[in-house]
Amino acid sequence: MSEVRFHGRGGQGVVTTSKILANAFARTGQFGASFPMFGFERRGAPVTAFGRFSDKPVREKTQIYNPDIIVVLDPSQRNSELVFQGLLPGGMMLLNDSDNTIISHDNLKKMGIIDANKIAVEEIGLVIPNTVVVGAFARMSGLLDIEPCCDALQDYFSGKKLTANIVCAKRGFEEVELFDL
Amino acid sequence: MNTKAREKSQIKVITGNAAAAIAAKLARPDVVAAYPITPQTEIIEQISQFHANGEMDCELITVEGENSAMNAVTAACLAGGRVFTATSSWGLAFMYDAVLATAGARAPVVMVNVNRETPGIIAVSSGQQDMISTRDAGWIFLIAEDCQEVLDLVLQAYRLAEDYDIQVPVMVHYDGFYLSYLSEGVNVPFQEDVDQFLSVLKDQPERTKLLPGSGLGCGSHGILGGYMELRYKHVSAMERAKAKFNEIDKEYEAIFGRGYGGLVEEYRMADADVVLVGSGSMCGTIKTVIDTKREAGVKVGLLKMRMYRPFPSEAMIAALKGKKAIGVVDRSLCFGFKGGPIYTELKAFETQLGGSKMISFIDGIANTDITITNVEQMIDTTCDLAEGKDVREVTWVSYPEAQEDGGL
Repeated sequence: MSEVRFHGRGGQGVVTTSKILANAFARTGQFGASFPMFGFERRGAPVTAFGRFSDKPVREKTQIYNPDIIVVLDPSQRNSELVFQGLLPGGMMLLNDSDNTIISHDNLKKMGIIDANKIAVEEIGLVIPNTVVVGAFARMSGLLDIEPCCDALQDYFSGKKLTANIVCAKRGFEEVELFDL
Repeated sequence: MNTKAREKSQIKVITGNAAAAIAAKLARPDVVAAYPITPQTEIIEQISQFHANGEMDCELITVEGENSAMNAVTAACLAGGRVFTATSSWGLAFMYDAVLATAGARAPVVMVNVNRETPGIIAVSSGQQDMISTRDAGWIFLIAEDCQEVLDLVLQAYRLAEDYDIQVPVMVHYDGFYLSYLSEGVNVPFQEDVDQFLSVLKDQPERTKLLPGSGLGCGSHGILGGYMELRYKHVSAMERAKAKFNEIDKEYEAIFGRGYGGLVEEYRMADADVVLVGSGSMCGTIKTVIDTKREAGVKVGLLKMRMYRPFPSEAMIAALKGKKAIGVVDRSLCFGFKGGPIYTELKAFETQLGGSKMISFIDGIANTDITITNVEQMIDTTCDLAEGKDVREVTWVSYPEAQEDGGL
């Protein structure tokens, strides 16, 4: 089982990122479960979500304290201690950022950087990086192909928005820069 | 849970709230009346969407508050309709008088209550205190562990509430936040199978209806013997609900391929020496920890309560009898007692458990996370009790201050 923690801010689609990935895993015959950290949700406030992805049914209903992977949608949190709290050795980090600054952390062995905001603005005209991050996650983690990710988007978008978000996910998959640390 | 057949459904990755809304839709209610409240709001949003799309052919009453919601669905129910509503915490408190009246009128209302801490200390957070605060209302209470069980229990609830021999309202409970917003794969049954499952009710005698022009009193004064007769019949119906629910769960399994064991679900109980008793979303985590403990040779099992009212004492005694030690995990408080509510109630049957020792764990209040570590601690402490070590009767797992000298 992979335990993934998502960090971002209200309005970036952090929770939806985790939902789409759980959906994509289910489409491959695997199992996914995601839920947000609770609070008074509002735009701009820090948001945390959790995702568990496994080849067996996911039964745990607790928050994630020792993630294998951290996904950071908000670049301003890239050096936050909270983001790295409990990261397991051999961990991965996916960062939405406009420059390829490697983050150094003892437990970080692989990093993916994607300028998801830029791609989102180009494709959907809004700074909502979540679907780009979904594609980038699939590529970096190696846990998923891009196809189930694109299929999963059908449950959240339709029409032109669906088409544009599929492009976002594919671009995320193709354009993410990977670094072995 | 056994999952035998997948062909009778399609897997959708949805939240617990969406599972509740879809189940309500599949039950084809005549009237839905509800008012939004965190963490239940998504149910009402989804039902409104279904209604707007023409997917739900019901009267949708967007009331100005929960008290009206309960009164509206009760009236529609007494007129013979199938009804649905949903609430949580403050909403449940605000409809409390109507909740009591609905039970007294024996109106088979089905309501989802997404568990949340109650008014008192303001908390937008998970906890079963709202359930506990209404436990003596005369409703049947069912509790779900995951999003799949939310859907399954709402459907089962209609069969139980509207059964001619029962006619008692049913509340389906699930943990707010932990399940309401959890997205996971749910087998969503097809309409024709749900229709088949619920069609049994059509073959039963028609229940008494309160209709304009007909000479019938509902919720009128019951005095002395009359009052006692109505209460006695209500209590008797609650007792009958236990066997009925077991039957319904078996029929559900025959149609949908998912059976949970009826009133209680037993997980690795057969050879267990030590048992945790739990309910709701914590049970998934407990099962995971039990598997790890089993690998280390610890004979531990879980008894999950799926029904809380009526209290399934016979099923619990049968499952727990002869076990060395029992730890009861409560996600709520029982003011005036040291131990948690379910612990306190189970304690009434202690003499029938064949010498099992019991302790109480209080955890998960106001969103405190019932973590893997917490569950390990509960199992270890219950094992200590089994070995005859000196163990506290009550442990506030996430609040060690309660265990300091001079504490409870």
